[in-house]
Amino acid sequence: MNGGFHIVVCGSIVPDPLQTLAPIEGPTGPALKNELMLPAVLDPWAGHALYEAANLAKNVPDSKVWLVSLGPKAKLQQLMMSIAQKVSFELVVLDGPAGGFTDPCEVAAALAGGINGIAGLDRSRLLLFGGCSSASRDAGVTMQMVAEQLGIGDQFLGVDELTIQADGSMKLLERIEGGQYQVSTCTGAPAMLAWATGNLPEPPNNPQIGMMNMRTVMPALQKAQPAPVGAAGVSYLGVELPKQRRETRIVKDLSVDEVAREIVEWLKG
Amino acid sequence: MEKILFIAHTQSDGTLPNVAREALSAAVDLSKKLPGSSFVAGIIGQEANQAADSIASCGAAGFLSVTGAEFAVSRYATDAAAVEALVRQTGATLVVAPTTSRFSRALPGVVQRVQGRIETHISGMDIVEGSLQIQRWYYRQRMVATLTRAQRPWFLVIDGGVFPAWQGEPGSANAENVAVQLAADTLRTQVIGVQAPSTNTQTIRPEAEVLFVAGAGWTKKQADGQLHLKDAEELILGFLKNCNASLGSSKSLVDQSVEGEAVLPFMSHLNQVGQTGSTPRHPKGLATCCHGEEPHAVGWRFINERRAINTDANCGWAQGKADVLYVADAFQVMAKVNELLAQ
Repeated sequence: MNGGFHIVVCGSIVPDPLQTLAPIEGPTGPALKNELMLPAVLDPWAGHALYEAANLAKNVPDSKVWLVSLGPKAKLQQLMMSIAQKVSFELVVLDGPAGGFTDPCEVAAALAGGINGIAGLDRSRLLLFGGCSSASRDAGVTMQMVAEQLGIGDQFLGVDELTIQADGSMKLLERIEGGQYQVSTCTGAPAMLAWATGNLPEPPNNPQIGMMNMRTVMPALQKAQPAPVGAAGVSYLGVELPKQRRETRIVKDLSVDEVAREIVEWLKG
Repeated sequence: MEKILFIAHTQSDGTLPNVAREALSAAVDLSKKLPGSSFVAGIIGQEANQAADSIASCGAAGFLSVTGAEFAVSRYATDAAAVEALVRQTGATLVVAPTTSRFSRALPGVVQRVQGRIETHISGMDIVEGSLQIQRWYYRQRMVATLTRAQRPWFLVIDGGVFPAWQGEPGSANAENVAVQLAADTLRTQVIGVQAPSTNTQTIRPEAEVLFVAGAGWTKKQADGQLHLKDAEELILGFLKNCNASLGSSKSLVDQSVEGEAVLPFMSHLNQVGQTGSTPRHPKGLATCCHGEEPHAVGWRFINERRAINTDANCGWAQGKADVLYVADAFQVMAKVNELLAQ
């Protein structure tokens, strides 16, 4: 591989996790009540992928980061006010729904199309990044489908650590069962890494990075391609909130010994 | 008429993981409820006879396998090639698989190759008027949907703990081996091995009866104005040992390690439950020093019996999420609990 990595991060918006969500029946299927009014954040695991991408690009000369986002243009513009101040990237916007009830196959096709349209992208240097799962659909399948459409045969899911070794190969830690990691090596790009939390904190806002990013963010928003993804072939028969609300017994007046005894009896029961 | 293919991979000892037997129950159930359907099982691994023989009496009309040293490890390129071969060989319309890290990585790419569709994290299935309906959660376990699909092949990836593990007599499956041609660049990825997280204590036990959730309160100043991290460590690890429990954590607690604050050394992001963590299934859960409400409660969606210890009676846990909230000092209570458990 000549030069650094070309890192494409797929990531979009999800409702702020502190918001109360309620399903409604929309014109094209299930949706969230007041979906366009809900405060949105960058999908958490995609956010980790973006921060890891920026860190990698900083440490490997001649690397570049693109953020490919599928979502309503206006909501993405709001998101960019904060995200664009954190790390450097070039934005690619696909103007379409970001809700959880779309089909991952259609989403993957739109994302792959967007990536294929990136001018100057060197596939031999491509690292495709994204979250291991979204906080909306939570299927954990989209990144693999995008990678497959891009012809990437080395894929990693639930990545927490990537190390570029002296010979240029990659060493990866992937989450597996039982709180353990699978350790793998890969000869190099191209590869797909669907990130879990990684090891980096959320970068602080940097107005200088924000101003630099905004030179490309606004034009990217203006020339956003429509991406009318849906869920063809799926019939939603019902979407509901879990009804279970527990009658919580609040125990205030027991001594420490009595509380401990009650807990142990419950554990052993 | 549906052609059902159940797929599983072996573990390093050649057996099937428990979650595969649970998915097998789902496949067997489907085959019984879908009139005229056919049912075949496929096993992937270095060697598949032991695993296939162990489920020989499950009712499958045939057994297929993809075997060899390349298929011993969990790797996208080889796993995807193996599953693709099984799906194409059988012409399956419904592919039932367990949720494992290995299949979670490989199956979506296979779906793309065979132009199918996939549903993951399935938490329920039913046949209504001859039509397959599945249930899965959206928005990180906040709402549950029932849906059906027209497209085939339809991959159904079943979460653990949803169906009972299939039980039956072993026999002779006579699995037919399916040859897979691997491309030259298939082995660019090499699996080195497995390692525990940097915390050198095994704290995540998916099969445990109890999930113990620790919140950020353990690392805050206590009534005497001091931090008691060493005490917290001993109490939590002591409980995990005495109760053989699994350890979960709030996001705020594990985030402290990357934010440079005082931390519990055995805690990592792998322990995190909730919005950006896991949603484990355990019969019982005990939360301590947690103050999260909805995002954190999401991590407890599949915990049956829940109790919490907290100094705040108005904690979010009390709002209909825990069965019992003990308003008490978790340090004192857990010390006594450990003492009683050790007797």
